[in-house]
Amino acid sequence: MTREELEKLRQRIVSERDPDAPCITVCAGTGCLASGARKVIAAFDQKIDAQGLEVDLGFRSTGCHGFCEKGPIVIIDPEEICYLQVTPDDIPEIIEKTIKEKEVIERLLYVDQNTGEKAVHESDIPFYRHQERMVFGANRRIDPKSFEDYLAIGGYEALVKALFEMTPEQVVSEVKNANLRGRGGGGFPAGVKWEIARNAPSETKYVVVNCDEGDPGAYMDRSLMEGNPYGVLEGLTIGAYAIGAHEGYVYIRQEYPLALENLTSAIEDAENRGLLGTDILGSGFNFQVRVHRGAGAFVCGEETALLISLEGEVGEPRPRPPYPAEKGLWGKPTNINNVETWANIPLIIHRGSAAFASIGTEGSKGTKIFSLVGKIANTGLVEVPMGISLRDVVYKIGGGIPGGKKFKAVQTGGPSGGCIPEERLDLEVDFDELTKAGSMMGSGGMIVMDEETCMVDVARYFIDFLTDESCGKCVPCREGLRQMHRILSKITEGRGEESDFEILEELAETAREASLCALGKTAPNPFLSTFRYFREEYEAHIREKKCPALSCRKLVSYYIEPEKCKACLICLKECPAGAIDGAKKTIHIIDQEKCDACGICFEVCPSRFEAVMKISGEPVPPPIPEDQRVVIRKIKQQ
Amino acid sequence: MSEIRMQIDGNEVRAKEGRTVLEAARGVGISIPTLCHHDELQPYGGCRLCIVEVEIHGGKTIVASCVHQAEDDLVISTRSDKIDRIRRSILELLLAHAPDSPTLQELAQEYGADKNKFEQEASFCVHCGLCVRYCAEIKEKHAVGFIDRGIRKEISFLPEIAAAECNDCKECFPLCPTSYLQAAFVLVESLAFPRGKATRA
Repeated sequence: MTREELEKLRQRIVSERDPDAPCITVCAGTGCLASGARKVIAAFDQKIDAQGLEVDLGFRSTGCHGFCEKGPIVIIDPEEICYLQVTPDDIPEIIEKTIKEKEVIERLLYVDQNTGEKAVHESDIPFYRHQERMVFGANRRIDPKSFEDYLAIGGYEALVKALFEMTPEQVVSEVKNANLRGRGGGGFPAGVKWEIARNAPSETKYVVVNCDEGDPGAYMDRSLMEGNPYGVLEGLTIGAYAIGAHEGYVYIRQEYPLALENLTSAIEDAENRGLLGTDILGSGFNFQVRVHRGAGAFVCGEETALLISLEGEVGEPRPRPPYPAEKGLWGKPTNINNVETWANIPLIIHRGSAAFASIGTEGSKGTKIFSLVGKIANTGLVEVPMGISLRDVVYKIGGGIPGGKKFKAVQTGGPSGGCIPEERLDLEVDFDELTKAGSMMGSGGMIVMDEETCMVDVARYFIDFLTDESCGKCVPCREGLRQMHRILSKITEGRGEESDFEILEELAETAREASLCALGKTAPNPFLSTFRYFREEYEAHIREKKCPALSCRKLVSYYIEPEKCKACLICLKECPAGAIDGAKKTIHIIDQEKCDACGICFEVCPSRFEAVMKISGEPVPPPIPEDQRVVIRKIKQQ
Repeated sequence: MSEIRMQIDGNEVRAKEGRTVLEAARGVGISIPTLCHHDELQPYGGCRLCIVEVEIHGGKTIVASCVHQAEDDLVISTRSDKIDRIRRSILELLLAHAPDSPTLQELAQEYGADKNKFEQEASFCVHCGLCVRYCAEIKEKHAVGFIDRGIRKEISFLPEIAAAECNDCKECFPLCPTSYLQAAFVLVESLAFPRGKATRA
């Protein structure tokens, strides 16, 4: 296909599409699929077929919209009516009422938890209203397997512009001027990296997409790749042109089958249409893309380990310098960026660097996609302008903490990020501010924690993750993390000592300063940031053998308040340790010797009684004498 | 090849281009401790004992001298409170594996490392990789390799190759700073090829 043919095709597609015609969009991202989107799509198909509606009615299944908490999501255009948690049973009604009669079905709308107000349109829902979905927004408008859809929303305009109206140098300087910083974690200016790779003297150069997203709870790269693979490929092709590479690789996680499927389909399609391969769009530029699947090691998200793994060796980081831009894949200059970074490129080229740089803060431009998870009302993917306050992300978009619990901290930056407490919630989210607060941007994970989360245990959890994922090559990371994990576990079990603080800080310094790669250098962050902001929790664990969040099992005890116990036998039957003594009309007692602190009695005690008490750091009251255990109140009430 | 001039511990040091900081320092008699370095092998950067402080843009940063290339105008300190503290910490971590290794004990004395700081580990291996790399790079046999990763990573002989190659070689044995390698070999020998040549070097 030539440039002219592409434009003709675009015009034909756009002219054939009536923007006012009704169209149903179902989110088929991994989150919605897990909550039943496939059945919803099948139900729509059946109903549409049965009624012979397909001529008048558009139907599209798309990638992730982001509001995963409320999936499966259905949107009816052009009115943009947004239905949440749709089931197959709702489909006939949607067709009959909303499609045919233009009538809104109230029960499928978003309801604000605080005000009780309903929102009809997607853009009225607070979760979406406060976002700026520059990069991620396309997901909701295209079928990831439809080239026509991508073309209709202006796809490949940026590539045409780059190939025919700009020199490679101009493309590089445009990305430089945009001050796009790497979205994968490091935050290094992409344009600078591109320039180094462009200037590196070599005939052969490579471009690589890092889709080895491994942070627990993070899935923005997966969703971009699943939902808009053409966008990533377009960015990559522009990058290859700018740098002078004719071969590109996508390194994709083994665990991302749908992303792989949609990407592979897009690559094949782009090859068939002459958007990949030789003489792209008649420009004379050649570029081909291959896909490589990772084997499940977290450290392969680190660029040097990724490239070594791509070469077929064990994925262990190697020292930098030399940087991949100088000496990367098979020793050749290689520009590696993550999915989100590549997805930003078409936008920058299309709209211009000035427009891009008008969004964001002094040091961080554009938007960032975060995966907002944990103890938060609206779990999902959110794209926000750099500089938004953490408070706005948590409360305005995230809808705050569910269950009336109190906010405690938000963990950003993936496992080696840090925890940011309530008093720092007003910080402006960007690369530099998060680092200053002792955390980092990372790839965009945001885990919200409430008052029931123990910060020592959080540190232990993330250090455990990193210990498991350390490649084991260098001592400060492998051995340092092993010992840090051991000490943190000891503290959560009430065996901590005052001297542990000093040892932990020493190990943290050693890992931070002397580790080989970024994994080890940042690995102490979960400890350092929680110790910085929640030192009193550490001290309580060590000095009072108390877990203030009542979370560490070894430090928690349960007992039954005799005045509240109605001798209902529920906890007695459920206790897996057989630790509860009692009978009908006899107040139940927990035998502390037998109790395993599993908490099941606490969970099952009916909320109208709330007789089981959970305590930490204080002695359990002695059981009442056996002769007083008859439930008198019950008799009195009768 | 042009010559590089830099400063190490206040001394003007000249080195050939392409040399590492470690080579440049040792070339003029400045000692930097190492465990995983071997003159005949590719730099590895695993033990991190050879860290030094480099002044860059007015700030100091820590690099591993065995992999850091010598460059003009580098200002390097091979000892400082911080460097010593981190080396001590690295040694203490390794002493948990091999408390009686003479190499480690010697260094422990110099840096004041306490061999009982951490609970003793079951494996004596310090993962310097000398045996693995020597066998791969010099002998090109790959009879011993690393398996697994992180804290579960360990050296292991490949019985098929080891049975054929090792008895007549064993050049890696003296490289091991903890003698764990010999133990690993005896284990694989007794399990996989017990009737092989029984003579031990």
